Amino acid sequence: MTGGSGDVGERWDGAAMAPTPMGPTAMALTVRGIVAGYGHEPVLHGVDLEAGPGELVSVLGASGSGKTTLLRVVAGLHRPRAGSVHLGADDVTAVAPEQRGVGLVPQEGALFAHLSVARNVGFGLAPTGRARLRRTAAATAAARARVGELLDLVGLAGTADRMPHQLSGGERRRVALARALAPRPRVVLLDEPFSALDAGLREQVRGEVVAALRAAGSTAVLITHDRREALSVSDRVAVLHDGRVEQTAAPRELYATPATARVARFVGDAALLPGRVRGGEVETVLGRSPVRAGAATGAVLAVLRPEQLRIAAPTGTGVAAEIVDVEFLGDALLVTARPDGGPAVRVRAPAGEPWRPGERCRVAAAGPVHVVPDR
Amino acid sequence: MLRRTGPAPAAVAPPDPPGHSVPAGPAGRRAPRLLLAASVGVAAAAALPLVWLLVRVAGADPGRVAGLLARGRTLTLLVNSVLLVACVSAGCLVLGLATATLLARVRLPRPGLWWVLAALPLAVPSYLLAFAVLAVRPDARGLAPLVLVLVPACTPYVTLPAAAALRAADTGPEDAARTLGRGPLAAFCRVTLPQAVPAALAGTLLAALYTLSDFGAPALLRYESFTWAVQAAYEGTVDRTGAAVTALVLAALTLLLVVAERAARRRFTRGRATSAVHRTPPAHPGRAGTAAAVGGLSAVAALTLVGPPAVLVGRIVAAGGIDVDWARLASAAWSTLLLAGAAGLLAVLLALPVGVLAARHRSRGAAAVESIAYLGQGLPGVVVGLALVFFSLAVLPGLYQTAAVLVFAYAVLLLPKALGATRSAVERVPVEAEEVARTLGRSAAGTWWAVTARQAWPGVAAGGLLVTVTAMKELPATLMLRPTGVDTLATRLWAETALGAYGAAAPAALALLLIACVPAALLVRAGPAREQER
Repeated sequence: MTGGSGDVGERWDGAAMAPTPMGPTAMALTVRGIVAGYGHEPVLHGVDLEAGPGELVSVLGASGSGKTTLLRVVAGLHRPRAGSVHLGADDVTAVAPEQRGVGLVPQEGALFAHLSVARNVGFGLAPTGRARLRRTAAATAAARARVGELLDLVGLAGTADRMPHQLSGGERRRVALARALAPRPRVVLLDEPFSALDAGLREQVRGEVVAALRAAGSTAVLITHDRREALSVSDRVAVLHDGRVEQTAAPRELYATPATARVARFVGDAALLPGRVRGGEVETVLGRSPVRAGAATGAVLAVLRPEQLRIAAPTGTGVAAEIVDVEFLGDALLVTARPDGGPAVRVRAPAGEPWRPGERCRVAAAGPVHVVPDR
Repeated sequence: MLRRTGPAPAAVAPPDPPGHSVPAGPAGRRAPRLLLAASVGVAAAAALPLVWLLVRVAGADPGRVAGLLARGRTLTLLVNSVLLVACVSAGCLVLGLATATLLARVRLPRPGLWWVLAALPLAVPSYLLAFAVLAVRPDARGLAPLVLVLVPACTPYVTLPAAAALRAADTGPEDAARTLGRGPLAAFCRVTLPQAVPAALAGTLLAALYTLSDFGAPALLRYESFTWAVQAAYEGTVDRTGAAVTALVLAALTLLLVVAERAARRRFTRGRATSAVHRTPPAHPGRAGTAAAVGGLSAVAALTLVGPPAVLVGRIVAAGGIDVDWARLASAAWSTLLLAGAAGLLAVLLALPVGVLAARHRSRGAAAVESIAYLGQGLPGVVVGLALVFFSLAVLPGLYQTAAVLVFAYAVLLLPKALGATRSAVERVPVEAEEVARTLGRSAAGTWWAVTARQAWPGVAAGGLLVTVTAMKELPATLMLRPTGVDTLATRLWAETALGAYGAAAPAALALLLIACVPAALLVRAGPAREQER
């Protein structure tokens, strides 16, 4: 598998193909009203989640938001107090994990340390119980072929006889994925599979894993706390906060038109400026800007991403501001400027521009602005 | 009583203090009923000796019990035991801290070797050391030679945790103290050493527990300790109420020490404040310093490790060869192997349900069950032996003085070792791997066999082996419970020594020393060697 970064860009096309509203039976995974927890306090308070066939849905949340509990409920490892889990048309809420047909890729892979790579991948193919007695040579050969197929898929064809401790961190994740995919699960669940890798390797392994998932055509749910990860690989992202889904949307939509101030902040850098919507325009400390269609009215917060703002010399357009801080990012500058009488905002400017802290400037918003209710 | 039949083997397979944490990790996983029932049964078996001892004393004439408690002899025994424990503890603390400092902070040639040598005395039963002393000086008796034997034998209990704590200690404050005008030694003693003191104190409590529970060394060196008094009362009188009352007082003392040790360990583990840890590389002591350090460490090691076999071989040579009843020795070795092997097997069987319960289904109930299963850790061999004599006579007279009762006694005494090993072996298998196996179509039981057991068995087996080799060295319970006419190596040694036949006892002693090497080899592979790699 080549798995370069080319495969990993934002999946705009995926978003465009996002399934049009279908009945629950057409969904590969349908989670409805899940309430679950440990001890007395529930961790999840009525969570809904859907994934269409072949779709990769991310569940994005901070630690403690309940995303791992949600995954365990879907896998059947944790019994919810209320709500239902459907795989296709089948209600599996009370079905034991071994009969559900879900694949699980835990953090760091959790390979079986006593088994070779091939036996790890073949673990879910081995007949169990009474079927063991009736195992045929054909079935064994088929299982072996399937293991080889999956090792090819994840680009680890030569490692069949190695033991888990002889693999790198990235290889372990890919073996874990191959193991999960082997019995052709109806949905694959990935629990922060890349979080313990260091930054450079993480993107590479992520690319490889997502490419393998796509190649297998699997429906997948990816749990993550990394917004860039969620935005770059998913068809849709569900933002989970305090055991509730705040918004589910395609990555681009989520970034451009977050439903709440919290989602706006969580999925990217943004200044949230209080303002009022009147006649298709919002008035903030940065002046009047057109609002995007279908926005909230009355008292709102305008969501201004750094790349939506423009910075100009004091003689230019926009409101007068003072530069507080300049952060050099290599390919750009992140300028923190405080408009007179307002809170500081961050502006993305070309790397070559000579902005310095303490200087005066002008700041303006470019194009229509998204607003969220001010609560 | 033998090495390790009483106190916690903190250095070999550190058993977590049971019940030290309320649900964490895989909480909310309710334990299967069968597992719970089996665990409760095991706890009941572990509690049987103590409970029966209480029943026996409660059933005796209260006036007589009060009289036995109030008589002067109880006070004498108490004073003797406290004196002994105080001397041994102080000696172990000083020697252990010094050794730990050398191990952790001084660059020595072959550093791994010194860790091993510092740990090895744990494997040598103290009665063997006492035997070696007697073989050299047949008139040795009383407090001084006993302290001389027990201090080097028990010091590893202090050395190992203290050295580990020193190694893990944050030396950042020490660096700060140096820049604030303290010399290297002052900075170490004032700033870093205190970080190791809690661990050293917890280790000292283990040494004290061992000393209080030890039967063989005090008996051989004629020191009137509780354990010896229990044995004497059992052997010497028809009415065994005296033995029962003394045993109960002893059990109360040892259990008190266990509780104190747990509390100390808990405080210690909670006490780490900083997350960023600075490590100072070991200091170069210079040529003379190295020689002094190596000399000191070698001397202590030689005293406990080279001394006994040298004396034994010397004895055999002095006797002009061996005049040993080989057939008798072989049959003793064979019964030792059979009895101890059965004990290892039984201990593992008992440890499995409780270990799995503790590792995978933590709850208050599980913690309580585990604590009870650890009772053997605080009960001296004489106490368990005596209690089971009473129990088998009163309830199962058909089993009195059969191998079954002896094997059961071994298993209860040594259950903590098997339990610690089982629990940590199961804990090392990631829960995630089990969960993946479930999603791949295995039932709970199938997962247990295909994943958990496959990965955990080496640790569990090591626990069983540890129980077996320790049971081979057990003396006091064996003396009370062995079937008539059956000898183990330890009882052979005991009988010959009692007759003053040191030459005849030497082969049994050498065989026991060899057996003692087995857990030492495990210890070397599992403990200090790994410690060294960090």
